[in-house]
Parts: sequence; structure tokens; C-alpha cells
Amino acid sequence: MPFTFSIYDFTGFTQWVDATLRGACSPFWATLWEMVIVGVLFLAFYAVVGLYLVYAERKVCAFIQNRVGPNRVGPYGFFQTIADLIKLLMKEIISIKQADKLLFNLAPFIVIVTSFLALAAIPFAKGLHPIDLNIGVFYVMAISSMGVVGILLAGWSSNSKYSLLGAMRSGAQIISYELSVGMSLIAICVLAGSMQLSVIVEQQRDLWFIFKGHFPAITAFIIYMIAATAETNRGPFDLAEAESELAAGFHTEYSGIKFAFFFLAEYMNMFIVASLAATIFWGGWMPLHIPGLESFNHVMDFIPPVLWYIGKTAVIILIMMWFKWTFPRLRIDQLLNLEWKFLLPISLVNILIMAFIVLMGWYIGL
Amino acid sequence: MREIYNYFKTIFFALKSLWTGMKVTGAYFFKPWKIVTQQYPENREKLQMFERTKGELVMPHNEKNEHQCTGCGICEMNCPNGTIIVKTVINETPDGKKKKALDKYIYNLGMCTFCGLCVKTCPSDAIVFSNKFEHAVFNKNKLVKTLNKEGSTLKKRAE
Repeated sequence: MPFTFSIYDFTGFTQWVDATLRGACSPFWATLWEMVIVGVLFLAFYAVVGLYLVYAERKVCAFIQNRVGPNRVGPYGFFQTIADLIKLLMKEIISIKQADKLLFNLAPFIVIVTSFLALAAIPFAKGLHPIDLNIGVFYVMAISSMGVVGILLAGWSSNSKYSLLGAMRSGAQIISYELSVGMSLIAICVLAGSMQLSVIVEQQRDLWFIFKGHFPAITAFIIYMIAATAETNRGPFDLAEAESELAAGFHTEYSGIKFAFFFLAEYMNMFIVASLAATIFWGGWMPLHIPGLESFNHVMDFIPPVLWYIGKTAVIILIMMWFKWTFPRLRIDQLLNLEWKFLLPISLVNILIMAFIVLMGWYIGL
Repeated sequence: MREIYNYFKTIFFALKSLWTGMKVTGAYFFKPWKIVTQQYPENREKLQMFERTKGELVMPHNEKNEHQCTGCGICEMNCPNGTIIVKTVINETPDGKKKKALDKYIYNLGMCTFCGLCVKTCPSDAIVFSNKFEHAVFNKNKLVKTLNKEGSTLKKRAE
């Protein structure tokens, strides 16, 4: 296998790595080494993305509120979050006397492991796709809903009223909003006819699904954005850690690096949700193609797929931050009203409309 | 039918009002140059303070070293935490009248809460708040200040 590397197609490069490893050692060790390499790369990616999303959030929030934001550590405060991380690493880990020790220590790891697992199924670029499961969408949904277990454990084991209230709110919220997230994704799976993320991306070569599916796809996208914001426990749905009511919600009793785990996992969940939205609705790493405009499509092809992927994800994250710093927090009854009386019925009807449109071939396409 | 109409009306107005809010914050976001935060240590030279800033209590003196304090002590009475001590002396005028005059106006900056009651209640507008706000000193005794200058006298009223 000759060495090939292209920023437009990583397939050759990953196959070269695979062939080299298999040539050097037995298949078992080759697979193990590949897993280690991917794991280490993801750890680095996780840390960088988590840190810089915190930085981005602080800057976006500052600009929305006519402030400057972090601006002391490094140029434009670029190293502020690294300094924060070092501070958190050096802080004392307080062990709570009345806490359930095992569950208390386990909870942050469950939260962080679930977000880590979900990352595995995301296609970053052509050929840069750790596991291409044939039920990719389902897998991401299933894994990301495991995070609530960690949150509930954190709340329960802390043996604190604030934590327990925050965790129960979070549980109720995630379980109900998961339905809408799933339903809006099903609408697109109906259009794509597949749950495999690589197939979904490949099918958007001519036109992204949000344009191809026109009205029901846009409805699904809006529902997905609302429900995904709620599922990641972000404002305006941040009842789980409502600062003004519950101190810090389920992670009130955590300190030091364990608190940092929750914090990182929250931002990583936001990244996963945003990249899933970018993949499902906006074509993932697929450049913007408009049928009929050949020269335009060629110009778009010159931008590497990785940049397309990062750009789309960044735009969706920006929209979610925009939500957070604009809207006031919902009350718990308003939250459940919104889900059960509005989002869920609409997304159910939306699937029906989408199925009808797919059946009649009324989507925009070639 | 009415209920269904109202249902969709609710959704429509909800989205509309959410968009109104997002337009406001979005407009701020895309104008980062309209930041109102003062970059304090950097812009120290040209820092613009507001007239209403309560930095510290001062007693204005005119060019003839005259202040307007009669030493009545109303500010001292109104001060909620004993920041102000007005020391007065009784002077005897040539025609035998006894007159109270200000000796020392002692102001303890370390105890001041900047409520402004002294300035508000002063009958002769003798004291005001200045804009100076950098008060850090190494010894708290330096925060006890005498506001009337050495050898200053009461300003003669225009008669």
C-alpha cells in the first residue's frame, strides 16, 4: 500500500495506516493499536474542543452583552481556558462525608464516557470516520441518552437537596426531549432511507437535506435545535443547574477535576449535538452543491471537507449559544408543556408529512 | 376549530417573539466594536468618569482658601456609620459675640459606604463627592483625612 495523503479524501491515508500496522504485527495487535491511536487522537481532540468551546462561549456571551470577555491571558484571552484548566487540576478534590463514595466518583466518568462514545460515530471528513455503523443515527441517540444516568447518579450520590433536585429536573427534561430529537431525526432518516451516517452524507452530494426536504425538513431542523438545546441542559432549558435556584444543580458538590469533567462533558455534548445536526441536515463534510451550477460546485469542492464540517458545526454551536444568551429560563411546567403539547405532536405529524412527500417524490432533487 | 386556530397562532407568535429577542442580541453580537466596557488599567490616562461617581468626599476651597462649612455638624449626625467627625472651636468676635467655626473636618474613608447622605443634607453645600477612586494605601491610618485645608476660613456670605 503506497503512502497517500490528501486533505480532500482521507480514505487512502487511513487504509495506508491500517495496511502498515497489519504488515507489522498480528491482526489482533493491529486492531488494538488502531484503537489506541484513535483513542489518543480523540482525547486530544476532546480536550482542545472542550477548552475552546468554553472560550468561544465566554466570548460570544460577552459580545452579546456588549462586553469584552476574557482578554488578559494571551492575545484576546486565547489561553484563558487553559489557565482555568490548570487551576481546576490543582484544586483540592473535596470528598463529601455523607456522599455515596462509589457512585459519587463514578458519575463524572459515566457522563464523560458517554459523550466520548458518541463522538466515535461522527463522520469528520471523507474517510475520517472512526466507526461507520449502519445504525449511526440510532447509535448516537442511544449513547447520548446514557449521559442522564451519570447526571442522576451525581445528583443522588451527592446527598444534597440542590443536587438531587437538579438531577431529577435534568432527568425529566432529557427523557422527554429525547423523543423530539429522535422524531425529528427519523423524519430525515425517512428522506435518506438510511441510518448510516456515511450514506446520509453521501446522499447530500447534490443538495443538503434541509433544502431537499424543504418544509418538513426545516420543521424537523427547528424542532431538533430546540430539543437538542434542551437535551444538552443548556439555557434556556438549564433548569438542571439553574444558578439562581439550585446553586449549581447536580454538580453542586463536585470540585476540582471532577467538576471540570462535567463542565467539559456539557460542552462536548453540545459539540456532538451540533455536529449531528450539521451531518443530518446540512450535509456534514459535504460542500454546498447546487444542482445546475457546475462552476459554483467546483469552487465549493476546493474547500476541504474538514473545513466544511468544522464550519457548519461552528455555525450551529453559535446558534445554540445565541439561544442561551437571549432567552430567559423556562419554568418546569412550561418546559414540559412545550415538549408534550407542541414539539412532540408537531414532530409526529412532521414524520407523516415527510413520509408522504417521499412517497410522492415531491422533494427537491434531480 | 377555534382551538386548532389558537394552537397554531400560539406557535406563530411564540416564534415571532423569540425571533424579536434574537434580533436584538444578534445585532449586539455582530457589532463588537460597540463595547461599553472600560479597559481600565490601559485607558487610565484618558479615563472618563461620570459626574455622579461617588469617589471620595472632598471639601472645595476657593482660591482665597475659603470653604463653606459652618461646622453645624448635620453631616456628622446623618452619617450612618460615624465616618465624619466635625471638630469646632468657639471664636469670640471683637464685638463680644461668640461664634462657632470649623476647626477640623475629619473624614475616615475606610469606613465610608458612599451613601451620600452627608452631601444631601449639608445646608451650605460645603462638601461634594469627587471622581477620584484609586484609594489604595498601605496603612489604614492614611485613610483618615482632614478635609479642610490648613488655615482655611469660612467664606463670607455676600451681604
